[in-house]
Amino acid sequence: MQTRTMEIGVGLFLLAGLLALLLLALRVSGLSVADSADTYKLYANFDNVAGLTVRAKVTMAGVTIGKVSAIDLDRDSYTGRVTMDLQKRVDNLPEDSTASILTAGLLGEKYVGISVGGDEALLKEGGVIRDTQSALVLEDLIGKFLLNTVNKDSK
Amino acid sequence: MRQISMLDRIALFGRVGIAVLEALGRSTLFLLHVLLGRNGVGNGFQLLIKQLYSVGVLSLAIIVVSGLFIGMVLALQGFNILVDYGSEQAVGQMVALTLLRELGPVVTGLLFAGRAGSALTAEIGNMKSTEQLSSLEMIGVDPLKYIIAPRLWAGFISMPLLAMIFSVVGIWGGAMVAVDWLGVYEGSFWGNMQNSVNFQDDVLNGVIKSIVFAFVITWIAVFQGYDCEPTSEGIGRATTKTVVYASLAVLGLDFILTALMFGDF
Repeated sequence: MQTRTMEIGVGLFLLAGLLALLLLALRVSGLSVADSADTYKLYANFDNVAGLTVRAKVTMAGVTIGKVSAIDLDRDSYTGRVTMDLQKRVDNLPEDSTASILTAGLLGEKYVGISVGGDEALLKEGGVIRDTQSALVLEDLIGKFLLNTVNKDSK
Repeated sequence: MRQISMLDRIALFGRVGIAVLEALGRSTLFLLHVLLGRNGVGNGFQLLIKQLYSVGVLSLAIIVVSGLFIGMVLALQGFNILVDYGSEQAVGQMVALTLLRELGPVVTGLLFAGRAGSALTAEIGNMKSTEQLSSLEMIGVDPLKYIIAPRLWAGFISMPLLAMIFSVVGIWGGAMVAVDWLGVYEGSFWGNMQNSVNFQDDVLNGVIKSIVFAFVITWIAVFQGYDCEPTSEGIGRATTKTVVYASLAVLGLDFILTALMFGDF
């Protein structure tokens, strides 16, 4: 009888441990099953990707439809090439859609926003979004602002 | 005269170095013997269950209680700082990342060294000093297989599970404080957490950390017990050594593992 209660205790302990892992996977990290299978890749070249990170979300109309999977430098055009994994469900993006790097809140994280174009042809697996808007770099903006004030003063 | 004392000092230094190296070598050989010699134990599974009970299940209470309080304190402190910047929704991701990456494995490791590691050392040391280990050898049972191996495996298995339970309870405690008490919106609490926590980078790396800690702590604990002086004073010293060495090893290894996992080399 003593061993039986011990075995039940150990069984419950092991179950609790596995349940904890399951909770961490599903509830805390938001892991969804069969995630990578139903995505397709799109590329976009930005003049400046400052602040964008891998795993940043890709949104359209405020709804998350994918994530950034890689960022590297395109050696030939000196631009930042962003690789995005988009959900297969969203396979009707026109070829002239616009990708822009946006900021959540004033100092929040950077993400990619896609706005729809009007072309009949659709972007396919491995397609490239041509129309892009770079990240807003606060230092550049301040620099321009200062330059403007100096110019005004000198007139 | 002075020359000799200088030499003596160097000799003392050398003696300490040799002792440390000897202990390292002995403990490695000991570990190999325990892990590789796996035949001849008839009811090994029963022995393992018994040790899982005393190492794992009995440590559950302290893990759950401290996890709950650490999660609650993290949420409270984080909220007080984040509310100044108007981003108190980020408290969920802060609590979750802190617990999963660092505090879960490390605090569980420290508590495990104090609760289970010291108990293992004292138990094995007591067996040695009352000559139970040599009696086992006399009747032809290998004490490494019968006494040490099940305790080692029980430690390996239960500590990662305890670390995961610690994280879950901590996050639950944090949610309780942040959402129910301080009034952070529940949707953004969990949503921010799920957006920023990655299963592979955060959860699995935390589990890997806890597996490494489990290995080191249990190894130190059973070796100190097996290697101690068979006197009551020796058992006391060995138990102290277990807690001190295991805690230092956990903290030191944590830095190395964090540098490897999150350091971007």
